[in-house]
Amino acid sequence: MAVQEKLNISDPAELLTGEQSYSSLDHEIGDIVLDQKRHQMRWWLIVGAAFLLVNVMLMSIGYLLYMGIGIWGNNQPVGWGFDIINFVWWIGIGHAGTLISAILLLMRQQWRNSINRFAEAMTLFAVMCAGLYPLLHTGRPWVAYWLFPYPNILGMWPQFRSPLIWDVFAVSTYITVSALFWFVGLIPDFATLRDRSKPMWLKKLWGILAMGWRGSVKHWHRYEAAYLILAGLSTPLVLSVHSIVSLDFAVSIVPGWNVTIFPPYFVAGAVFAGFAMVLTLAIPIRKWYKLENLITPTHLDWCAKVMLATGTIVFYGYVMEVFYAWYSGNPYELFLKENRMGGPYAWAFWSLWICNGLMILPLWIPKVRKNLVALMIISQFVSVGMWLERFVIIPMSLHRDYLPSSWGMYYPTIWDFGMFFGTIGFFVFMMFLFIRFLPMINIFEMKDLLLRKEHDGHKNGAAHAAPAMGGGKGGE
Amino acid sequence: MPQLFKPSANTLAKLSVILAGLLPVVVLYAGVTVSRSPYNTKVDIPIDQPIPFSHQHHAYELGIDCRYCHTTVEKTAIAGVPPTETCMSCHSQIWTNSPLLEPVRKSYETGLPIAFADGSPGWTKVNAVPDFVYFDHSIHIDRGINCNVCHGPVNKMQITWKGNDFQMRWCLECHREPEKYLYTDAANPNLSGREQVFNLYMKLQEGAKLTQREYNMLYKNEFRYSPNTKEIEEGKALVKKYGVTKESNVDCYTCHH
Repeated sequence: MAVQEKLNISDPAELLTGEQSYSSLDHEIGDIVLDQKRHQMRWWLIVGAAFLLVNVMLMSIGYLLYMGIGIWGNNQPVGWGFDIINFVWWIGIGHAGTLISAILLLMRQQWRNSINRFAEAMTLFAVMCAGLYPLLHTGRPWVAYWLFPYPNILGMWPQFRSPLIWDVFAVSTYITVSALFWFVGLIPDFATLRDRSKPMWLKKLWGILAMGWRGSVKHWHRYEAAYLILAGLSTPLVLSVHSIVSLDFAVSIVPGWNVTIFPPYFVAGAVFAGFAMVLTLAIPIRKWYKLENLITPTHLDWCAKVMLATGTIVFYGYVMEVFYAWYSGNPYELFLKENRMGGPYAWAFWSLWICNGLMILPLWIPKVRKNLVALMIISQFVSVGMWLERFVIIPMSLHRDYLPSSWGMYYPTIWDFGMFFGTIGFFVFMMFLFIRFLPMINIFEMKDLLLRKEHDGHKNGAAHAAPAMGGGKGGE
Repeated sequence: MPQLFKPSANTLAKLSVILAGLLPVVVLYAGVTVSRSPYNTKVDIPIDQPIPFSHQHHAYELGIDCRYCHTTVEKTAIAGVPPTETCMSCHSQIWTNSPLLEPVRKSYETGLPIAFADGSPGWTKVNAVPDFVYFDHSIHIDRGINCNVCHGPVNKMQITWKGNDFQMRWCLECHREPEKYLYTDAANPNLSGREQVFNLYMKLQEGAKLTQREYNMLYKNEFRYSPNTKEIEEGKALVKKYGVTKESNVDCYTCHH
């Protein structure tokens, strides 16, 4: 018990505020799904706007399939443009969800419990957006199955020495494990919804999804084991997926890409961007759906701390890149840095340093980390900054390489922007469908937290421990 | 509250788990099988032509050399489909009133290609590779690859069919291990690769005794035949003799330029 108290950095009382009981938690979270009348004009406005963008995305994809990727701005010398930038950007955003759900679970960080569900949903939708880009970038997405090793009639295997193939495995494993993890975590909550919803068809629907969950000790025991195994599977993925994405660049010989620091620096950047997106979503949603008691300023404070830590690592990466270029004495690397700082895209480079270096500095002040407006603004800067980082790395390294005769500029077209804003719309659209139709906070984990809170309270007040409820993270 | 599900739901749930595991396997297996089956490859299926031209009759029974019609097979990428005039070189003299040959005479009179009775242009392609494959007949003849190795037992075809699936997997079998497929006539070891190809058809016409290997090349599909160790050793020597560059044989640009 003493060890666990040491491990539990946050006090349960700070993570769950207000007068709470098990049924009030059911109401606060479950009713967002069960009482559909709660979703008013605001939901329709956001989903409507997002749906318009989804249509922009579908049109962009349709026209792309009809015309080919010549409608995009990619061309020699910049063969990787918005498509790869956005792929890396989205996949990075997904990482916060996995970090929260897997690593923080293994580390028994209780503050993960109220944000893990929607962070995992965020991961899934972000990876969906990310996956679209390389799929379409291949130019012939209808034969994308060629990327997988299967007994084909070509008599060939995919090129296993290429990091692009590692990417295929990394991302497909990632989305599979994330989806499983998310679904397994939802099972006990599906059962709660099954028991609380009124119409028979809805009960049956939830019943099928709950897969016969009755909350018996045996069920909880197996659930805990399965969840822990999945957490163990996801944990290396947090590190491996973005490491492999970074190898797409680091394995090449392009100046600015061939850098050994890329894997850890990309992973940190991914978590950084992911937490910015968690905050961007959590701050308005907790207000609109009155979840302030469940997602407290303490949670936001922790998210901000993680953001600050990873942001600092990322900025260290930026500084190291400059240092390496100078220390290597390699004229091409040196030229690349000069070109970044003073070339035609210097605006992007300096905006990046401002967004990801300067703008996160206020997070050192505890008051800022609990100020919703400040957090929201900083998160936006981080999201933009992380997008710029990929812009600086990808087209800026390609547009002026070894041969001055083949230098050129990269100009995205309207279809590049159509895809980009389209996927943002798709992401928001999916998130808001999720909020309306699935419990966005883990109901039973919150009950567990309530149990702990009462337990702590009783210890101080010398009363009986609350009756055992749920399975909880049963360490005691 | 009544129960949501009947007890049979348990069985359904278990069944769905098994099916979910089986489904990908079944789908993959079906895909692999169908893509290799004659349904997809059209191997062994005689193809309709405007005239029921018989290779068995012309090439085997009458003993007309392949090159009489497919004139460019030794020299260029394309073997060549004969023009109407080639048919007429004989059929202006024999079978001049045969109703089966009406499309030939019509083509000869009008100068238009041979066509089906309904007017749609004729000679349906039997063997084809995609446009991004640069196949060259001349080099294969020059290395002594017999026509029948790829095209099947043409000398037995009343109506021509595709002898092999021409899938890349199949091309690569020979490109990766040419020693398994190169052949030379033991009685005439000094003939060039090109001469070896037509020497075999001469032997067939003369009624000479064929070795098992030769029989297999002509009548069985070479690809359903695995040579013995001795034949492979001979093949290796032939790889050297013909100057087959095994390394570049499997380079992408050899066939895809």
